[in-house]
Amino acid sequence: MSEAAGFAKGGWDVERLLGDALRPIEPPERLSGRVEDTLAAVTQAAAEELSDWAEELSESELHALRDPRNWVRPVVAVGAGGVAAGALVVLEMRRRGRQEAGGRLRALTSRLR
Amino acid sequence: MSDQANVEPAGLDPAAKAELDRAFEQLYRDHLRDVYSYAYYRVGNQHDAEDLTEQAFLQAYRHFDRARRESDGRPLRPWLIRIAHNLALNFYRDRSRRPQTSLEGAEPIVAQHGTEAVAEGREELRQVMEKVEQLPDDRRDALIMRFALGMDNREIARALGRSDGATKVLIHRAIRQLQEEIGDE
Repeated sequence: MSEAAGFAKGGWDVERLLGDALRPIEPPERLSGRVEDTLAAVTQAAAEELSDWAEELSESELHALRDPRNWVRPVVAVGAGGVAAGALVVLEMRRRGRQEAGGRLRALTSRLR
Repeated sequence: MSDQANVEPAGLDPAAKAELDRAFEQLYRDHLRDVYSYAYYRVGNQHDAEDLTEQAFLQAYRHFDRARRESDGRPLRPWLIRIAHNLALNFYRDRSRRPQTSLEGAEPIVAQHGTEAVAEGREELRQVMEKVEQLPDDRRDALIMRFALGMDNREIARALGRSDGATKVLIHRAIRQLQEEIGDE
């Protein structure tokens, strides 16, 4: 290895080399969109699941639901609904992101005038 | 993951849910780069790093309410990185593969001191990265957390599920191993 950089008195300055080599990496812009789209898809699927399940229930099934051993399906569906609600967070992020982007653009435009 | 953990966010009243959402949004904004950087250095390419980052935040949201309650006000970054860490372990287990030997496009940034110095610096950093990739998993992970994410020993300990003392020793040994291997060349 060259001694041009990273060689400190008494040996290699490995910590400095590591600091230079392991820099934080900016995520690509498309990544945020991907996360938002995934959450939106989960929302849709969870809403459909809950809707289908409610429509399918007969009187006997409602009666059966009083038995805790039959609670697995509703719990899973509600759990999916919880995740789905997360999509609202990300959609809000997207909305605010657009507002911020719009704000930055307006500020730039006004400076150029 | 338990069903109970899944249900928790849905069981909140609207005001609490809105507050939880705002807190998650802040966590996402503050640490997207941390999670992506960790994922990138772990899996070695942009495509898989994006997948891993996406999954980490989805899973984080699912458990966010409980994590906040159990954190006692401590920062949640170690918890978030631990999620990414566990997903990375599953990633290799499921696909029976190891990190790629060279990080695509991860060209280190070197201070501009003229063409020759830059070329020498890049070569050195490339060699350091090769050595880092050959370290045992726990040592490599600790160094990524320390240097790419700027985490302190206590944060790294929480992310790796180790004691503070064990983490300090782990990092010390990782640096010493690199020092010896680089010095041998």
